[in-house]
Amino acid sequence: MSKRIDVTNLNVYYGKFRAVEDVTMTIEPRAVTAFIGPSGCGKSTFLRTLNRMHEVIPNAYVEGEVLMDGENLYGTGVDPVRVRRQIGMVFQRPNPFPTMSIKENVLAGITLNARRLSTKEKDEIVERSLRGANLWEEVKNRLGLPGSGLSGGQQQRLCIARAIAMQPDVILMDEPCSALDPISTLAIEDLIQELKQTYTVVIVTHNMQQAARVSDTTAFFNIAGTGSPGKLIEMGSTEKIFSTPDVKATEDYISGRFG
Amino acid sequence: MTSTTQAAEASSPPATSLQGKPRPGDRNFAATALGAGIFILVILAAVTAFLLIQGVPGMLADPADAPTTLGQSANFWDYVWPLAFGTIWASILALLFAVPLSIGIALFISHYAHRSLASVLGYIIDLLAAVPSVVYGLWGSTVFAKAVVPIYAWLNANLGWIPLFGGQVSVTGRTILTAAMVLAVMVLPIITAICREVFLQTPKLHEEAALALGATRWEMIRMAVLPFARPGIISGAMLGLGRALGETMAVAMVLSATGVVTIQLLTSTNPSTIPANIALKFGEAGYGLNVNVLIGTGLVLFVVTFGVNALARWIVSRRSEFSGAN
Ligand SMILES: Nc1ncnc2c1ncn2[C@@H]1O[C@H](COP(=O)(O)OP(=O)(O)OP(=O)(O)O)[C@@H](O)[C@H]1O
Ligand SMILES: [Mg+2]
Repeated sequence: MSKRIDVTNLNVYYGKFRAVEDVTMTIEPRAVTAFIGPSGCGKSTFLRTLNRMHEVIPNAYVEGEVLMDGENLYGTGVDPVRVRRQIGMVFQRPNPFPTMSIKENVLAGITLNARRLSTKEKDEIVERSLRGANLWEEVKNRLGLPGSGLSGGQQQRLCIARAIAMQPDVILMDEPCSALDPISTLAIEDLIQELKQTYTVVIVTHNMQQAARVSDTTAFFNIAGTGSPGKLIEMGSTEKIFSTPDVKATEDYISGRFG
Repeated sequence: MTSTTQAAEASSPPATSLQGKPRPGDRNFAATALGAGIFILVILAAVTAFLLIQGVPGMLADPADAPTTLGQSANFWDYVWPLAFGTIWASILALLFAVPLSIGIALFISHYAHRSLASVLGYIIDLLAAVPSVVYGLWGSTVFAKAVVPIYAWLNANLGWIPLFGGQVSVTGRTILTAAMVLAVMVLPIITAICREVFLQTPKLHEEAALALGATRWEMIRMAVLPFARPGIISGAMLGLGRALGETMAVAMVLSATGVVTIQLLTSTNPSTIPANIALKFGEAGYGLNVNVLIGTGLVLFVVTFGVNALARWIVSRRSEFSGAN
């Protein structure tokens, strides 16, 4: 299930503007990789290129290579829709579909595969996914109610359940806790620890403690100034990045002496 | 202004510095808004009063007192029923054509077309709304009606066993189906414009949620855009329906009406509609209770329109807990 991602010389452009320059990195399977860096350095942009979600934005394109277990996501004939079914994404703000019930939300991706599922299979998927997102106990008695009636933290876990219902290989999370209170944040962090048993997890965060708590590997991105592209400055085991980074800028950023 | 403020500051003790005076801008705005709200209610009340005072005598009239209108009917209800049926029937048919087409055009503009093409298309649709209804009437009765005659003949010959397409096919093409299609063209712009607006307002968040699950563009539209836009689509359709129900000139010019109640779409015996009937009869109705009868039919139309709007509101509110409001 869990797959490794190799990125080679990746550049990301919004029209003429180069937002991310020349990133080369390896994202290990069964581990959590955290992206940190100042605002605007291209963390979200880069993350979205890992499941081709940047293509939703007009004029955005990439140069370079992204291999998932050796298969180029940008190879000719590769369907971005298929890529996204294997690489799930969780967004900064919880976004359950407001017109769907909790159960329908969990099944939203599955039903896209057009395969007819029996009620029993559906119920199993719903329970497994909600359990996987540590949400089952809280919602098992109100699966038919709208997903938007849950608290922010529950909604975010619902979105995670929706993503893992697809049984993806990789889960990308863009600041999944930034709209949540500390308790919900802890619940999600615990969940991330469990998810990495099964999936490759990539998380963007502005919270240094969070990166230190949940990740095995940390990648630091930076920009020279506004208008210049973001670059990968340093990447290594979280322990090393947070104690003895090789680059001065990384140390400055982590210790809060940034800018 | 400045000097009074300074004077006020100077004279007021610091203990009351948090107390504020109502600002004139706020007060004026509140008064204007309230006035506008009351004005609308007054207008509505005045129209209702007019319809009731002038219409009710017509509704109770003896056919002998209103020969031009009620001449061939037993009473007012006997007279108004085919008209009310025709009005609703033509309008519903028009919506059946217009709503799917409008949704399609609006989706094309909002989610498929390149931005420059989308704006040109939007502009053209808006232009359609600016064409006066007499022009549609002229076009419908002289050009369009003739053009559809062969199609009607074919439908009648091959699908005549379906009651809708049965009967003796019209040779002029000026049938209720033609009128409904002309109406559809007329209500298309307003429904399209509203659908386009609500489609564009779909939160990016939900569109991206669908796409990130591996939805194709059409699946994304079904999953995120259409459910979100559902109340807006219904409102748009109801606005279109309101216009179709009240449309006068185009129907009066296109439709060859005989005042029957039938669901056959292709024959030359068609129900008329209330507004078209008022326009056609008004000139010769200037004596007795004829005018009151016509106003009475107007009252019926008013009630029908009102009922349609209430129904639409009810549909929109029925699943409001699942609405886009998050
Ligand atoms: N849709 C877009 N069109 C054009 N430029 C964009 C777009 N989205 C982002 N950018 C630009 O790309 C650069 C990187 O943005 P990005 O959102 O990836 O940064 P980030 O590291 O995620 O920041 P934050 O931490 O604030 O989320 C910024 O300069 C931004 O202005
Ligand atoms: Mg970001």
